[in-house]
Amino acid sequence: MPDKSHLIPCDEAVQQLWAYLDGAAPNHAAVEAHLTWCRRCCGEMEFVEYLRGMLASQATEEIPPQVTQRLERFIEEL
Amino acid sequence: MAGTGQGVAVTGVQEARSREAFQALARAELPRLLALARRLCSGDAEDLVQEALLRGYRSYPSLDDDRAAGGWLRTILVNVHRDRMRQCARKFEELPVADPDSFSLYRRIADEDPLPYSDTLHLDFLHAFSKEDVRQVLLRLPQMYRVPLVLCHMAGYATKEVAREYELPLGTVLARLHRGRKAFEREMWSYAEQNGLLKSGGHDA
Repeated sequence: MPDKSHLIPCDEAVQQLWAYLDGAAPNHAAVEAHLTWCRRCCGEMEFVEYLRGMLASQATEEIPPQVTQRLERFIEEL
Repeated sequence: MAGTGQGVAVTGVQEARSREAFQALARAELPRLLALARRLCSGDAEDLVQEALLRGYRSYPSLDDDRAAGGWLRTILVNVHRDRMRQCARKFEELPVADPDSFSLYRRIADEDPLPYSDTLHLDFLHAFSKEDVRQVLLRLPQMYRVPLVLCHMAGYATKEVAREYELPLGTVLARLHRGRKAFEREMWSYAEQNGLLKSGGHDA
């Protein structure tokens, strides 16, 4: 019988996708092997990757102008 | 003495230059500082930035490498935030840790979105969120989950750096980061439901 000990189910792979993208999944090789055959989990990995990008965004445009103005005055007073 | 007077004048010029240089740095970094502060805390972000700028200004003469000044200033802001959290430690340390959460936003979208299935279903969901929406979702999370999430994903901290700064065991930070990510996914769904982002692709980011 071929050794299937590296196989993990989708639930287990999905739990580790964020950490996998960090290179810090507890079972990195098993997640990688899972992604070679599971299209759904590949789709979820791409989704999580996009979600991470949204979290990492250095968004600034929503800051109310009066807040920026107050802080600029604060800097002038330093 | 003439020599002493000259020395004072030179020192004065240096101080003025240092002040101007710091002010230029602070103006350039202000958007990123504010964006970070507004994700770490909801109410007192402006106050947090002010205190970080004051601390930064005082220690600016000891900064060796101007090229690292932006990261240095953001680290000061994180330190100010950490110190404030220590003062009200219960908020961060003593909340019960939730059970591991197996929620998958990806699957929930596929299972429950009212729109007919399309190849872009999942991206359409995410595109409905403006950056302000994402910030509001983050602010819904308990601080114990939000802080590692913001520091690791937005400010580029390694988990061991978060553990060191906030004096937490690494395993605790890793667990909170994992649960924070899952809680973030869950709140994205709740926020979309409550704010009508599921119906028509939402609004422009």
